[in-house]
This record gives sequence, structure tokens and C-alpha cells, in this order.
Amino acid sequence: MTIERVRRETREAVAGNGLLDRRAFLKSGAALAAAVSGYTLTESATAEPLANDPWSQVAGGIAPAYEQRSRFEAATMRTQNNPKGEPRPQNLRTPHHLLNGTITPNSLHFVVAMGGVPDIDPDRHRLVIHGLVKRPLAFTLDTLARYPMVSRVTFLECGGNSAPLFSNAPIQANVQALHGLVSCSEWTGVRLSTLLEETGIDPKAKWLIAEGADGPSVSRSVPMTKAMDDAMIALYQNGERLMPSNGYPMRLLLPGWEGNMNVKWLRRLQLTDAPAMTFYEARTYAPILPNGKAYQFFFLQEVKSFITHPSPGLAMKGTGFYEISGLAYSATGRIAKVMVSADGGTSWAQAALQEPVLPKALTRFRLPWNWNGGPAVLQSRAWDEAGNVQPTRAQIIAERGQTKTVPAVTAFPTQHYNGITSWAIDSKGEVRHVYA
Amino acid sequence: MSTHKFSDCAAAVALVCLASVAVADGPGLGKPMTAAELAAWDINILPDGRGLPPGSGTPAQGARIYAEKCVACHGESGKGGPNSALVGGAPLTSMETVKTIANFWPYATTIFDYVRRAMPWQQPKTLTNDEVYALTAYLLALNKLIGENDAVNAETLPRVRMPNRDGFIVRFPDKI
Repeated sequence: MTIERVRRETREAVAGNGLLDRRAFLKSGAALAAAVSGYTLTESATAEPLANDPWSQVAGGIAPAYEQRSRFEAATMRTQNNPKGEPRPQNLRTPHHLLNGTITPNSLHFVVAMGGVPDIDPDRHRLVIHGLVKRPLAFTLDTLARYPMVSRVTFLECGGNSAPLFSNAPIQANVQALHGLVSCSEWTGVRLSTLLEETGIDPKAKWLIAEGADGPSVSRSVPMTKAMDDAMIALYQNGERLMPSNGYPMRLLLPGWEGNMNVKWLRRLQLTDAPAMTFYEARTYAPILPNGKAYQFFFLQEVKSFITHPSPGLAMKGTGFYEISGLAYSATGRIAKVMVSADGGTSWAQAALQEPVLPKALTRFRLPWNWNGGPAVLQSRAWDEAGNVQPTRAQIIAERGQTKTVPAVTAFPTQHYNGITSWAIDSKGEVRHVYA
Repeated sequence: MSTHKFSDCAAAVALVCLASVAVADGPGLGKPMTAAELAAWDINILPDGRGLPPGSGTPAQGARIYAEKCVACHGESGKGGPNSALVGGAPLTSMETVKTIANFWPYATTIFDYVRRAMPWQQPKTLTNDEVYALTAYLLALNKLIGENDAVNAETLPRVRMPNRDGFIVRFPDKI
């Protein structure tokens, strides 16, 4: 088959507004890939004859012992809602529109710090397990280093991520502001079940109350079934020790479960027969429903996806081929399928999933798109292997309600939005957040 | 697993044998903790009052502590300032209804637990148990959930009936 013929065939749309077969790049290889346009934050340099730049004509610099990214990447930053550390929570959001792949760099992992970031001396830190156990025990960081360890890639998401989509009108903000409270890392540490085997478990234990060593000693009640399933005392994040704002020297990791329950700076686990009804479970992470009742013990970060490329601020530059890509994830297993629409949900094409597709981990989806320069509305919708499907916004609003006035983009009118996000492309290639 | 056979264990060393079995999957390096060693960290309060320490406080005592340590953030008489209001609260009609102690919190014990571990913001875990009881009493009285002269202690606090006690639906009961 000639390259030209492959190009012609693979450029045939499989869904409205120019969505192409997800295998189009694989079939045609470099020929089509070379035609793909990039999303632009700034104008590209005009074509000039190549020259040897100054850095090619001198000896290079010294590689530092602990390296920072290029100075040209300084704009790839988390946003801080509370940079002066005023007496309220600090929320820092991951810039998904400036990243790719599925692993979040440690310095860009999202943060919710209820009472600031403690400066913990690891030699003095202790993890105590007590309550309904046979032997209350304390562990140091050094002793935990001698236990069998496991690694797993898993996403962490704040229960309040995507809360701006509960607004009654679409808030114009980028994907970082709307969906930046989710990140994904390879976490390494000791299975909690390993430590609980050592303490022994009283059969009456149904919950454990996890508590941090931070100022407010954030505490949450966790069912023992989760503790014994896949909970981990995480000591390493992407191969290095946890970042201070992500729980150094250790945090509770509950793959797929509400971020706040993954207690950072973990110092204590008390096994009990009942939940403690802590501030954060009895009050903060208990979303009010339209009938005046409130959900409690939401636990799961349900199946969800959003498109990162393009997205508001990442404008299209000219008609032609682009790769639509984004992130999908679910607390209930692997992502099974992501469908993408370019016509506001009228027709859909199946996106390619970047391998490896891991359970409870961010999964990158990709789909080639031939943008004809006309208006388009991009959406993604995810399914997980348990058969759960991401709801439309209309579905989630029908159950959960929406605000009566437009809140601040940094506000949390409620939690646990996992509905569809829609990006509208206008004829200039600008991207806006819309409800469709 | 341990290489000991149960039959090898004389009564005098049975405990040692059991311990070695229990930690067979790990190096067994946890340090045993006594209740006395744990005391300063053992601060969880359950809704039925388990965990509440000795001590007591009244709304009047709490008002004095509040004026000194809480008013800057939470305003006069808990009406709100840079941080949340601690009194009042509209009926729960939408997601935008501000959640307060009176309209939302299901258990009064959560007030004691949270104030003791997390407040005041700049000096958490510095209040005495009597001070925490007094502040809890003050907040409950401001919200007319107890009388103005009612003392709060380990006996009385779990008995305070919160208006929204039955206002919750467990989202995923199969996960418990």
C-alpha cells in the first residue's frame, strides 16, 4: 500500500467534524504524523536558514547534583490559591495542559494542605497502630525500610476536583483550574496489611482512624476492608521520598479513594468498631443533595475523563491534523474505553488508550483529528472495566443539582463531579469551556 | 513461617512462639506501645463519647477563651470573620447552603475532637481539655443546642441531639 493511499484512507472521518480512526497514526506512520499540527501557546518562529546557536559553540554547563527543569519551562507551574499561607487551606493545581504522558512530576503534584505543610524530622516521626489490635506498635521510618515493599501507579484526586462544573454557567478557566486537583504517581511503600498482621487485629475492628502529624492533625475514618485490600504506607513518590506537601515522610495511600482520606504526614492509625465522624467526613466532604440530605462516606473517585489537548489557552493554529488527547481514570479498575466527540456528543469515535492501562491510574487517550477550521465542541467520555460509565453533565446535575449563581473558580460549591467536560473551538481556533 | 512446632513450645515460651508466628511475613520491628506512652496522641473521639477525657466547661468559661483565642478569625459571637461563621445556618436547600454546626454537623462530639486537634489555627493542640470543653459548650449554647448554664463533659456531650443527625446517606455502603 502506498503512503498516499494510507493517508487518503486514514484521513476519512469516523465521526462528525473530522474525527479520524484511532489507528490512523499507526497505519500511516511518519507520513501522517509529520502533518500533525501542534497546539500553540505562542507564535512559532518564522523559518530562517539554520545556524549554529551560541550553545553549540561553547562547552556546556555543569549538571547539578539535583536538577531543575530548563529555565525555559518556568511557566509550567502549579497555581497557588493561598500563597501567603493565610489561615485557610492551601490548594495547588497540576497544569495538565502543559504536561503529557500519565505520571505527574513530583513538584507539580496537586496539593490540598488543610493547615499548611509541616517540617517533619524523619528521625523523630513515628507511625503508631493501636486500638482494636492485639499489640499496639510504633514504627520508625528506619524500621519500615526493612519491610517488604511494593510499588503501584495510582491516581490521587481531591474530592473537590472539577467542582467548578457544578456552576450554573460555564466558568471560563483552563483545565488546570477546572481539573487540576488530580495527579498520578508511582508510589512505593509497605502494605498496610503487612503491618496489621504484626499488630494483630481484634475481630471487632471495622474501621481505622488515620491521623496526620500536621498542625490540624487531619483525621479520617477508613473501612478495614479497604485497609486490608490495597492500602499502602507510601514512603516514595516516583522513586524519591515523598514531597513535603504530599506527606513526607509517609502518607496513607488508598488507591482510587477520595484524596483527603489518603492522610498525609501519617502518624497514627487507631482501629475501632465505628467511624469517628471527623470534621472532614461529617462536615466537609459530605455533599448536600437537592432534597436537603447529604451524602456521607463517598469514598470513590468515580470514572471520569477530560481533554487536555486542546483545552482553553491551548489554541489551534491553522486547519489540518491535530492529536486530541486527555486523561481518564476510575476508582473501580482499569479504563476500558474512551469515546471522543467533536460535535458536542452527536457522534463519537473511540480513542486509543496509551499502554500500559493500569487499574486506578491515569490513562492517556489519544485520537487524531482533522480540524476543518469550523466550530467544534470536543467532549470525552470514559468507561471502566467494572462497567461504569462517566455521566453527562446533564445526568449528574439532575441528581446532584447545580449552583444558583456562578461561584469563584477556586470555590468548592460541592464535591465529586465526574461528568463530561466540553470545549468549544471557534473559527479562530480559540478554545472555550461550554456546557453542551 | 516460623520453624517452631507448636508441640515444641513449653507453656513458659508459648507467648514467644505465638509472637513469632504473628510477624512471620515481616521483620517484626514494631516497638510495643503502652497506653501511657500513647496518651498525648490518643485524641480520637467517637460519636458515642468514647475517648472523651476527664474535664468540664461551661458556655461562660468558653466565651472568655473565645474572646482571647478565636474571635479574630470567627468574629464576635461566632458570627464569622475571615473564617467560618459558627452560629446560625439556613435550612439545607441547596449545595450552596453554608454548612454550620446547627444546620449540618451530625454529632456534637466532632466539635470537641476538631477543636482539640486543630484549633486555634496558629497553636493547635495547646488548649487544655477543660478549655476545649468550655469552647464546645460556648458553641453549642450560641447555637441554642444546650442551655446557657449547661456544663459540657464526657457524660453530657454525647447526649446533645444535633438537629441534622439523620440527614445523611452513605454513598457507597457496600464499601463499609
